[in-house]
Amino acid sequence: MADLTIEARGLIKRFGKKTALDGLDLAVEPGQVVAVLGPNGAGKTTFVRSVATLLRLDSGELRVAGIDVRREPEAVRRVIGLAGQYASVEPAMTGRENLEMVARLYGQPARTARANATRVLERFGLAGDADRLARTYSGGMRRKLDLGASLVSTPRLLLLDEPTTGLDPRARIELWDAIDGLVEHGTDVLLTTQYLEEAERLAGHIVIIDHGRVVASGPPAQLKRRVGGNVLEVHVRDRADLAKVAASLARPGHAEPQVDEATCVVSVGAGDQAGIGGLIAGLRAIDDAGVELADISVRQPKLEEVFLALTGQESAGQARVRATK
Amino acid sequence: MTTIAATGRRRATLPASTVLIAKRAVLSFLRTPQLVVLGTVQLVGILVTFRYVFGGAFGTSQGLPYVDFAVPGFIAAGVPFTLIGTAVVMAEDLHTGFIDRLRSLPFPSAAVLAGRVLADSVVLTWSLAIATAVGFAIGFRLHGSILQGLAAFGLCLVFGLAFSWVFMTLGLLAGNGQAAQGLAMLIFPLTFGSSAYVPVETMPGWLRAFAENQPITSMADAVRALALGGHAQDFLGHSAAYYVIRSLMWSAGIMIVFFALAVACFRRR
Repeated sequence: MADLTIEARGLIKRFGKKTALDGLDLAVEPGQVVAVLGPNGAGKTTFVRSVATLLRLDSGELRVAGIDVRREPEAVRRVIGLAGQYASVEPAMTGRENLEMVARLYGQPARTARANATRVLERFGLAGDADRLARTYSGGMRRKLDLGASLVSTPRLLLLDEPTTGLDPRARIELWDAIDGLVEHGTDVLLTTQYLEEAERLAGHIVIIDHGRVVASGPPAQLKRRVGGNVLEVHVRDRADLAKVAASLARPGHAEPQVDEATCVVSVGAGDQAGIGGLIAGLRAIDDAGVELADISVRQPKLEEVFLALTGQESAGQARVRATK
Repeated sequence: MTTIAATGRRRATLPASTVLIAKRAVLSFLRTPQLVVLGTVQLVGILVTFRYVFGGAFGTSQGLPYVDFAVPGFIAAGVPFTLIGTAVVMAEDLHTGFIDRLRSLPFPSAAVLAGRVLADSVVLTWSLAIATAVGFAIGFRLHGSILQGLAAFGLCLVFGLAFSWVFMTLGLLAGNGQAAQGLAMLIFPLTFGSSAYVPVETMPGWLRAFAENQPITSMADAVRALALGGHAQDFLGHSAAYYVIRSLMWSAGIMIVFFALAVACFRRR
């Protein structure tokens, strides 16, 4: 069996009084793109930085491609690539010079470095601009160059910390296309992102981190099942009925219905069998009250709802429990 | 798979990676016209101003024509000014993740700092050469031998090594370019409260006490003494060797302290 791409056990990292990683456990199988999600300050960047050998863990065991990060950081550096939310390329050097420099720093002889730089430039559609200074590049081109710099070597794991933050939609899609297909070329990807659509678009496996721990990990479809099945959406004709409908569909012990004023839609997770019974009763009550409905539909939960249920909402639920006591 | 095996065993050595890092820093200096042109214009402007605007008022200093007094002081004090940019670049590199990128690569990370020092020496050689040429053009003359003149030039490069570590430390501490620029401005009171531009005898007592016991004064005195050669004793009170040794001790002290600080700041990241 091939080594796990990442194997983390009980990672702890404190910065002063703040605990950034609080016993994080994670096992990532090879051959996939993994997206790490989490609210700001959840420990995403700290985790990526520790995989990239950039900081010393207080305790825990972390292996990348079977190599111990603490004992053999340099061997780890040989199998990883890192690209960040800031394009860390030298603006006063050309695209080609940037790539050749990184290739040489990977220990490649000049001739190999040149060949690899050319290969990357062609692959990312930068060949025509290869000999222009990077400071004349657009934001998207710079980000592609940054991504390409990690690929002049053939890393087993590419770490991308918020790769598309601050890019316009077109540049974002271009970068997604560039990330696609990396796995086929033998490079796994671990990316952090604040955009759930990005995670869903790129990743076959999603890890949700909160308070320095993994709170959920799995393929997107599996995570969606975890938050309680499908979502019922009730579309009312008259905005004034929204509150009444939401109240009818609320059931104790289940997630509260969400009201969207703009679209006149109340959405609520179906939940378990008892929950579904409650919903049917609720719908009957709505019908008895004579509320006019425009539409009713059932859909899969969005990743956003999974994310809120597993992170933000959890603490809101605890607050409610405290308030009723 | 063969490429992985082939590149897997290789490793960029410390000297090779130092040169690569330095090359990037020098290119980024040379290809930023604002730095090269403005830096040079500024240098020439200040030298000319001191020589012709203030020079007339001073007449002679310590019995020397003001141009012979001020040019060596100006060149010595110009060393830290030339290297202020190092603090800014270092802070920006940290801020933009450039240093993270470098540290995630499999080469000795000491090269990140060593490369910076090497690049600083190259840039400093360039700007010292210009300052010296302008100095001669406005009437400065060596009173000692050519060899002593070259020794003065070399001494300035040694000061540069020391200040390189100072500004790298400030850059690593600052966190962003603007803060680094602000911190680096601390060099102003140090250069103006020294013997670089005017004799310390003209200063009020408290300032004179400070000026006589700080590194820029000892560096300016050393360069001035070498420019005077055998006449140093007559004008300055001690032989050139005395001033040179004093300035080398300051340089060594600064280098040791700030080397340790810079490495500690770098590792902490």
